Amino acid sequence: MNAPNSDRTMPPAKVNSFRNQPDSRGHFGDYGGRYVAETLMPLVLDLEREYRAAQADPAFQAEFDDLLEHYVGRPSPLYFAERLTEALGGAQVWFKRDELNHTGAHKINNCIGQILLAIRMGKTRIIAETGAGQHGVATATVCARFGLPCVIYMGATDVARQQPNVFRMKLLGAEVVPVTSGAATLKDAMNEGLRDWVANVHDTFYIIGTAAGPHPYPELVRDFQSVIGKEARAQMLARTGRLPDLLVAAIGGGSNALGLFHPFLDDADVKMLGVEAAGYGLDGDQHAASLLGGFPGVLHGNKTYLLQDEDGQITEGHSISAGLDYPGIGPEHAWLKDMGRVEYTAVTDDEALDAFQLLCRTEGIIPALEPSHAIAAVAKRAKEMDRDQIILANLCGRGDKDIFTVAEKLGVEM
Amino acid sequence: MGRRWETALTNRLSTTFAKPHPALVCFITAGDGDTAANLDALVAGGADVIELGMPFTDPMADGPAIQNANIRSLGAGTTTATIFALASAFRARHPDVPLVLMGYANPMVRRGPEWFAQACAAAGIDGVICVDIPPEEDDALGPHLRARGIAPIRLATPTTDAARLPAVLDGSAGFLYYVSVAGITGKQQADIASIETNVTRIKQSTDLPVAVGFGVRTPEQAAGIAKVADGVVVGSALIDLVAEHGANAAPHIEVLTRSLADAVHSARGSA
Repeated sequence: MNAPNSDRTMPPAKVNSFRNQPDSRGHFGDYGGRYVAETLMPLVLDLEREYRAAQADPAFQAEFDDLLEHYVGRPSPLYFAERLTEALGGAQVWFKRDELNHTGAHKINNCIGQILLAIRMGKTRIIAETGAGQHGVATATVCARFGLPCVIYMGATDVARQQPNVFRMKLLGAEVVPVTSGAATLKDAMNEGLRDWVANVHDTFYIIGTAAGPHPYPELVRDFQSVIGKEARAQMLARTGRLPDLLVAAIGGGSNALGLFHPFLDDADVKMLGVEAAGYGLDGDQHAASLLGGFPGVLHGNKTYLLQDEDGQITEGHSISAGLDYPGIGPEHAWLKDMGRVEYTAVTDDEALDAFQLLCRTEGIIPALEPSHAIAAVAKRAKEMDRDQIILANLCGRGDKDIFTVAEKLGVEM
Repeated sequence: MGRRWETALTNRLSTTFAKPHPALVCFITAGDGDTAANLDALVAGGADVIELGMPFTDPMADGPAIQNANIRSLGAGTTTATIFALASAFRARHPDVPLVLMGYANPMVRRGPEWFAQACAAAGIDGVICVDIPPEEDDALGPHLRARGIAPIRLATPTTDAARLPAVLDGSAGFLYYVSVAGITGKQQADIASIETNVTRIKQSTDLPVAVGFGVRTPEQAAGIAKVADGVVVGSALIDLVAEHGANAAPHIEVLTRSLADAVHSARGSA
């Protein structure tokens, strides 16, 4: 099971494993790396050293596992969505229920890991950026849990459309700083986070929310999120005696998808589908599909696919989901795309909205708008597959935070 | 390898830093206001080296003054072609004044590093400062610049310790830009004692001239730094004049530049 199969989508390039990236310089093929200002470079090197030490320290792993079990509520269930499967009339649809985690999304897995690293490094102040607010809430949560001060940068546009999460962060004791530069969304919040970090390098740890940024962030975020795929793989084998035929996950920066995919990457018979946000459609520029509609470039510490113009100026993504409208993507996804190991597609706002309602009505689960994109792709693929085949999708967040956005789109006054 | 490049690249920068007085290095953002007039005003005021900022949508290392300059420039329709046209015209008017492009990686590598290095050479650019390409990622641009005789100018910061400094110096040329504070542009300046300590430390490791910037706004500050460094970089204070006076900033820029240049050039009592 260790070699890539002869799937048509595979290029002739051969690798022994898809699971041994990045290289020692933090490169995933041509992507990734450490494209940061000199002030941050020593910190990034320190973080890598500390992460290597933590990886070799059984006590670190034990504390991480203990917090995931007793604080986050892991393992999350693997759930067979029987009525959705019937409604779609094709492959069996299973969900990894990461929306049942404490704080309602997968983001907390990574935050637990990073705050333990911050404490190891003796840092006393935490900063983070957030788009939809899920990563901000998860960061504020772990900061409260460990008694560290916390500043969250959030685009002013996102502050307006994610008020419930803003209030949650404040309840948890975080300072939420609205960012008004640029389009006042996630990328601008990340710029502001980097500006804070560069000015406070002596005491501050930056908890990046997705598998992007300078090395070693893409690697360590992926590793912390890989608990999703490790659990799912064992659960699926225990429940069905086999591996799924297709994995599906939504992609903004790509951490929930990598968390699910990575432990399966060398299972040659398991296909994978990453779902980007097509916004109003890939024809125009109102989408957030960096892989399908962008070009390689350098932003926020790494080389990856970016939404940009011919001069390399970054363009603003759009998605109904605040968690997906980021103009970049984690560098490992860029590599997996070029290698052909993972297939990528995109789903529009309207399709995601339909899938959101479909899951509510068939399964009694209100999903976040981010995994609603994955569910929309599942709906299309399931119909094309046999009834004895299995699709496993990551239900990476719950939809409580999105009911106001959905109500507005459906023309409902609240 | 660093040594090789420090000596091999002889261009307008090395001629300038060979003068008996410290150099005034002035930064403005391309396409913000009347850039050609502003550049001429910098030269008329006595600037020794010009840094021409390439605007970027996401200037992560810059404070509000330069962020806003980038927004104004891009809003006015500045493109990469505009910037090289400004540079070529400047070179035609001022054959001897060193001109350095400063900016972020993505606009520089968008059409490929070979294309960018070739365009720089054709426009008479002497050096390039790329904020977010550290020595670890030098392959992304550095070899292409050096192959064209263009100096990759690196930044050193208070966090660049003795163990790391050789990596920063390796492959750099022109001058070393010492960022005196850990932070973004336009904010507070470090105290002169810490600047002197760090510049002295750096100069023990290299023959490259060391220019100091970040937070330098007044002739008094500039003179203090010029006593201990080979060059003083001023940016946000000039950008503020463009913000205030728009297309009519040139005379104001010339006045401020002259006062800075007088202070820097006479800081060691030799002007």
